[in-house]
Parts: sequence; structure tokens; C-alpha cells
Amino acid sequence: MARPDNWLSMGRWLRLAALFGAAAVLAVPSFEAAAGADLPKLERGKGERCVEDTATMRRHHMDFLKHQRDDTLRRGIRTTKHSLKGCVECHASEKTGSVASTKDDFCMACHTYAAVKVDCWACHATKPPAKPAQAALPAGPAASPMMSAPSAGAAK
Amino acid sequence: MSESKQEHLTGSEQPESAGRRAFLGTSAAVAGASLVPGVILYSAAQGRAPGEPASSAVRWGMLIDTAKCGDGCSDCVTACHDENGVAHKTGPQDPQWIRKVDIRNLQTGARHSLPMLCQHCEHPPCVDVCPTGASMKRADGIVLVDRHICIGCRYCMMACPYKARSLVHEPLTDQNPEVPRGMGCVESCTFCVQRVDRNETPACVEACNAQGHNAMLFGNLNDPESEIARTVKTYATTEVRADLNLNTGVRYQGI
Amino acid sequence: MNIAFREIEGRSAGFWLFFAALGLLALIGVSSALYMEHHGHIVTGMDNQIVWGMPHVFAVFLIVAASGALNVASIGTVFGKTPYKPLNRLSGLLAIALLAGGLMVLVLDLGRADRLIVAMTYYNFKSIFAWNVILYNGFFAIVIAYLWTMMDRAGGAWYQAVGLFAFVWRLVLTTGTGAIFGFLVAREAYDAALYAPMFIVFSFNYGLAVFLLVLMGFYKWTDRPLGDMVVLRLKNLLGVFIAASFYFVFVYHITNLYFTKHHGLEAFILTSGGIHTALFWVGQMLLGYALPLAILYSNLGNSRAWIALASALAIVGGLAQMYVTIIGGQAWPIELFPGYAVSSSFYDGVVHSYSPSGVEILLGIGGVAVALLLTTFAVKVLRFLPERLDDETVAALHGAK
Ligand code: HEC
Ligand code: HEC
Ligand code: HEC
Repeated sequence: MARPDNWLSMGRWLRLAALFGAAAVLAVPSFEAAAGADLPKLERGKGERCVEDTATMRRHHMDFLKHQRDDTLRRGIRTTKHSLKGCVECHASEKTGSVASTKDDFCMACHTYAAVKVDCWACHATKPPAKPAQAALPAGPAASPMMSAPSAGAAK
Repeated sequence: MSESKQEHLTGSEQPESAGRRAFLGTSAAVAGASLVPGVILYSAAQGRAPGEPASSAVRWGMLIDTAKCGDGCSDCVTACHDENGVAHKTGPQDPQWIRKVDIRNLQTGARHSLPMLCQHCEHPPCVDVCPTGASMKRADGIVLVDRHICIGCRYCMMACPYKARSLVHEPLTDQNPEVPRGMGCVESCTFCVQRVDRNETPACVEACNAQGHNAMLFGNLNDPESEIARTVKTYATTEVRADLNLNTGVRYQGI
Repeated sequence: MNIAFREIEGRSAGFWLFFAALGLLALIGVSSALYMEHHGHIVTGMDNQIVWGMPHVFAVFLIVAASGALNVASIGTVFGKTPYKPLNRLSGLLAIALLAGGLMVLVLDLGRADRLIVAMTYYNFKSIFAWNVILYNGFFAIVIAYLWTMMDRAGGAWYQAVGLFAFVWRLVLTTGTGAIFGFLVAREAYDAALYAPMFIVFSFNYGLAVFLLVLMGFYKWTDRPLGDMVVLRLKNLLGVFIAASFYFVFVYHITNLYFTKHHGLEAFILTSGGIHTALFWVGQMLLGYALPLAILYSNLGNSRAWIALASALAIVGGLAQMYVTIIGGQAWPIELFPGYAVSSSFYDGVVHSYSPSGVEILLGIGGVAVALLLTTFAVKVLRFLPERLDDETVAALHGAK
């Protein structure tokens, strides 16, 4: 069966072209400015640091998310490090409480700038749950209630 | 895409995205970030660790005892739809992940009331017909829709003998963060996969037990020691539409 | 003897009016789809019981008709009937145009039409639907190649081979379309191997009906000569195909009537199904089969106007047939517990009703408009239509290679 990978799409090429176009326009007046200098202003996430170092996150967050998405859905892997719920937990705006409700919210700022459109928020919550989501915090399995007929069979 | 740019990329990077990400700075010290971080294989007796994939050593199943299922009780339905953020509406266009079905034997007049949900077949017709592979069965037997690649063609809804699937017909807001759902995709009971993966039972089962009905039993059919495996071994149980040979994960007792 | 093909003039006010009307209908169709896409399927009459609705009635009709439209070319190429050869370009063109219109409707009806690229890149090879995606794409490619062998001297050498391949491909394609329904074990109305051959015969019928109408329409409006030799041959063939369709429908229902377990479904479609029963008897049987057969095989069948009417009726009957098959098949409830009466909040055990909304009908009509628009545009810019199809010209082809 095909591996899901709908991000490697035509749309990406189009947006790539759009970004190059935009970059060309923007680059002319501030040619000497280092790449990235005119990034949109971003609210800083909660905590000390991101789940990977910042530069890696900037460039590779979509890959982490895609990988995590397939791991979680198809294989049932529930690690929290690259979980989308985790991003929302730390990056929800102080002002709006959301990662994507306004153009300045964390997951919107760069995307608006780079003309990236993601459909995630049609389904995924943009705000952390009122009570901390269980899955967003690395909870040990022992902390959970039992099911009616659990068994060691699960652990291979 | 120029050669020089590619040198900055890790193996997993797709070359065509490099250009678009260029404005983010090329200083990225791409230090082979591990994609599956610190996989700790808990050797806990119960369930599996978050980093461990679902395994075919487990087959999740449910046994529903219609004798214990309360006529007129729909706590399982309420609990399911609360847990998964499904609006409690029953119009023809509203999704229902689980429903109470009342049946009456045409010969004997015997009546039963039972919950009907995705039967988590071993050979699910929905998975067979899905053009993109969005309909899928996890290693532990849970049948899901990968809504990241579902195109909303609804062929699976045509194919499901249990009418277990619904299309989301309108835009949704305020979804449960743990249960993303959205317009245009098909969805169905997931056995509350978000709960099962943290070693809890599905919400319907919990609600049924909370009422003291204990009509729904959830567990690992592959584990001979589990209560469900022992029960299906001892008592006669029924698959709905057994004639289709789908080997359902949900079985019924008392009909 | 060579046939001269020429573009149609297409400069008259009437032409542009026709063109603009089609364009408008196509635009309305696409706008309806955008509206659906924005608000969701809540604005349609489709729901969780009737999951495929009016768009599918139109789309499946167009797709089935597309493969059938290619038949005229196949008769010329594969079966070596020279009088059909001048028609082969139009046949190929219609096949492509009808398929494009049908696929447009099918795609725009998707819950996530924006993910079309996913459908094109992820294949589950167990799915008939996935195979159909490949078959449809392949059909475009092959028929375009086929047209090239007809229209370009360089391709001429390949004409026979490509024509044969296209013929085989179209049979497989229609089998695939029929199998979409035939493999659905869940639903009583569908689970039948007969669907594949039945859809092939339907395709002959619908495709030829469309072909005849379009052919006669273009020749009349452009004042080009079109002889009886061509028209009468085609109308006789149409009669055979209609009769064959009737035969398959007859066998389908007789088979169902034989098995007790299907009696409920049969009683529903044939006697108590309201709109479905009406469409079956009046739409499909009377308008689609009986009247056109009566016209085609009586003296009326020598008149162009009556032949056109018979073709139009065959198309109406085809749409009715698709409605009864697609909607009727879903309206009949799935049998969850044989031997039990069933009821629930999810409409188990009851006949489902369906009232299509304007947007889905407009989308379907938009697909038809796109097919005709493409055809009209193509015959204006490229040489698809022979200048003359009068009897002498066609007769001269007899025996000629
Ligand atoms: C533990 C909290 C936390 C989590 C979870 C988290 N982040 Fe971060 N993230 C941060 C912090 C803090 C920073 C700022 C780091 C800095 O400035 O060095 C940051 C920075 C970033 C940046 C770079 C922003 C910039 O200034 O250019 C991106 C992109 C990012 N995060 C994306 C994500 C994504 C995507 C996820 C989910 C996979 C995620 N983060 C999860 C805390 C978090
Ligand atoms: C530092 C700027 C920045 C921030 C902050 C950021 N993104 Fe991105 N994101 C990008 C860029 C640029 C791309 C396009 C990369 C490409 O396609 O090569 C992108 C692409 C994506 C994609 C893939 C889209 C596609 O179709 O290719 C996803 C998914 C995504 N981001 C999710 C997020 C989420 C979730 C957040 C918030 C937690 C976030 N991003 C925050 C810059 C950012
Ligand atoms: C049509 C609905 C839908 C859309 C749109 C959608 N998702 Fe999901 N996503 C889901 C569902 C359902 C799950 C499974 C949740 C579970 O099992 O816990 C999920 C799970 C995930 C997970 C794993 C769980 C987690 O929180 O880490 C990731 C990562 C993810 N999605 C990323 C994305 C990204 C990135 C996008 C946008 C490009 C996106 N999704 C768009 C429905 C959707």
C-alpha cells in the first residue's frame, strides 16, 4: 500500500514558485540582509527550548509532523516529542490562546509570509485543551487505569 | 535544485522543499535528529509504551451481551459521542459512531436491543475498496480512516455492511484536541484508539460498566487468558452478517 | 478514396450562442461544486444513507457513455467496417469529452476535492476504484493516441494496433465501472457479477445514442450532407443495443426474483418503490426501451427527427436507469439482521428517501455541458468531421482500404 505523503504535492511546487517570486521582490531592497532576517515576528514558545534545536525546527518541522502523523495513525506510536498536540501546547499565543486563529499566531505567521496553506486546523484543535491533555504530557503507562482484560501480549 | 543546496540536506529531506525553506536560514545545523526520540521500551506488564508500535500479537475485540444491554439505555452512545466530540444529533446527515438498534425476530417475536458500531473486521470491505489506502487496519485490528489522505469518495460507506461509517457533512469547530475530525472526510468508531493507546477502555464500555450493565466487554482476543477470549471460547457468540466471512472484532451474545 | 475532413465554421451567432450557453452551464456546475466544497455536503440531498447521489447518476452515465461512444471507431478499425471509418474521429473525440465531463463531476463531488492529488498518487491496488483511476487516465492517453493515428500521417502505421488496444481497454474500463457496483457485497442490489457485462451493453446503448444525436446535430447545423447509409446503419445498431440492454435488465431482475432473499428488493423496485418504481417502468422501460424500439423498428425510423427523438429517449432512459441503480440500490435498507425487523436512530431497516438539491443537479448538468463544450470546441479548431457523408461518398469507401 502506498505510504501517505500528500505533502509532496503539486501545491508545493506552486507555493515554491510563489515563494521564489515573493522572495525576489523582497530581496531587492534588502539584498544584504541575511536570509531569515525579515522573518515575521514570532511569539516565543513555552519552556526553555523547542523539541529540536530552533534552526532544525524551522526547516524540518513539517517533516517531523508528517512522520509523527503516520507513526501515530498507522502504527499507534504515541510519543509526544513531535506530536502536533505538543506544538499547540507550547506555542499557543498568550493573547489569542491559539496557534492559528489570527495571522500573527505561531503557526500562521511564517505560513502567511511564505504563502503556505495547511489544512490541519480544519480538524486539529488550535488551542490546548482546557485541562492539560494526557497525551501531550509524557505520561508513563503505569499512571493509566487498566482495561478490562489487559495482557502482556501487548508487549510483544 | 542546485547541487550545492542539496549538500545541506539530510537524507530524509526532499530536495524540492529546500528552496522554499531557504528564507529560514541555511545555518541549520542538521545534526541527524532522531525522528523517534528516546524510545523507551517499558517492560510494563500492562499494554505498550507510547513509543512502541501496535502489534499483531494483540487483536482488540468487543463482546456485547444483549441480555444485559438495557432496552432504552443509550449511555454508550452518549459517552462515545461526548468522548469523540460528535454532536448528539440524529438527522440523516449527522455522523453516528455508535447507535442503539432494536431488533424483533419476525418468527418468534423475540426482541433485543444492542449497540451497533464499527465491527473492526479482520477482512474489512471498507479497507479493500478505499482507493487511496486511507481506510486501514492497524496491526492490532483496529480499523481506522487516515483522514490525512481520505478524499471523501464514500466508497467505504457503500461497502460497509454495518453502516458504521459517516461523512462529516459540515464544517466543525471546537473539536476535542485528542480527536481531530473535519468536514469532507469519512469517519467511524475508532475503538477510542486515543484511549486504548494509553491502556484505557473505549468510552462506551466504560459508560456501560459505570451503569452497572456490564454488557460490553473489551479486550485482546489473541490473549487466551483475557476475559473476552475465555468468554468467546466458552459461550456461543454471534457475528453480525457472519455469512460475509469478515471475522468481525465485535461479537454479540444473546441473539 | 480519401475522405476530406474539415473544421466547422462556427462563426454564426447561433454557434456562439450555443457555445456561450454551454459555457454558462459549465460555469454554474463548477460554482455549485465550489459552493458544496465550502459548505460541505450538508447543502446536498446526500446523507449517510444515500451516500452517492445525483452527481454520481450523471457521472456514471457520462463515463459509461464515453466508453460506448468509442464503439463506432472500434467497429471501423477492429471489425473492418469501412463505412464507419469516416466517423472514427468524432467517436474518439466524444469518448474523451464525455469521460472528461463525467470525471469532472465525480471529482468535484468528493468530500475533499482539494485532495485530488492524493487520489492520483496513492493507490490501494485492492480497490476497484483505484484501478478505475488508472483505467480512466489510460483511456485518455490511449484515445488521444488513437486520434493521432487517425489524424496524422505519421501515426497511420499504428492505426490498427492502437485501435485494437483502445477497444480492449474500453471493455476493461466499462467492466471496471460495472465492478464498482458488482463487488459491493454489503448491498443487495449490487452484489452481482452481472454488473460488468450489463454495464458494457449499457455503454453501447448510451454511447451510440449520444453519438447519433451529436452527429445529426452537427451535420444539420453546418448544412453538411449526411446520407441515409450512415444514419440508418447507426439507428439499426442503436435498436440492437437497446434490445440488448433490455435483455440484461430482464436477466438481472429474473435472477433476483429467483432468489427468495432478494424478493423484498425486487418488490421495492418493481412495485412499491415510489419514484424508483416510476423511473423503472416509465423512465427506463417505456421511455428508454419501448418507445425508441418502436420508433426505430417502424416506419418512423426512416425519419431523422424521429431517430433523434429515439436517441434522446435512450439517453433519458439511461439516466433513469442510473438513478434506479445508484439511488434505488441505496434506498433499499441494508439487511443487518436477516429475519429480524430492525429500527434505530440511524434509519436502519427503513427505506431511505432522497431529494436531490439544486447544487448537485447543476453540478451534474455542468458535466454534460463540459462534455458538449469540449466537443464543440474541438470540431471547430480541428478536423474531426468529414465534409460530406452523403451516400455516394460513403459508398465509395466500400471495399476501399
Ligand atoms: C516544550 C515546549 C515546546 C514544544 C512541545 C514545541 N515547541 Fe517549538 N519552540 C519552543 C520554544 C521555547 C521555542 C523558541 C526556541 C528559541 O528561540 O531558541 C520554539 C521554537 C520553535 C520554532 C522556531 C521559531 C523561530 O523563532 O524561528 C518552530 C518552527 C517551532 N518551535 C515549531 C514547533 C513545532 C512544529 C512543534 C511540534 C512538533 C513544537 N515547536 C513543539 C517550545 C516548544
Ligand atoms: C519559522 C517559520 C514557520 C513556523 C513558525 C511554522 N512554520 Fe510550518 N512551514 C514553514 C515553511 C516555510 C513551510 C514550507 C516548507 C516547504 O514546503 O518546503 C512550512 C510547512 C509546513 C507544513 C507542510 C505544508 C505543506 O503542504 O508542505 C506543515 C504541516 C507545517 N508547516 C506545520 C506547521 C505548524 C503546525 C506550525 C506551528 C506549530 C508551523 N508549521 C510553524 C514555516 C514555518
Ligand atoms: C480531516 C481531519 C484531519 C486533518 C485535516 C488533519 N488531521 Fe492530523 N489527525 C487526524 C486524526 C483523526 C488523527 C488521529 C488522532 C488520534 O488517533 O489520536 C490525526 C493525528 C495526527 C497526528 C498524530 C497525533 C498528534 O497530535 O501528534 C499528527 C502529527 C497530525 N495528525 C498532523 C497533522 C497535520 C500536520 C495536518 C495538516 C497538514 C493534519 N494532521 C491534518 C485528522 C486530521
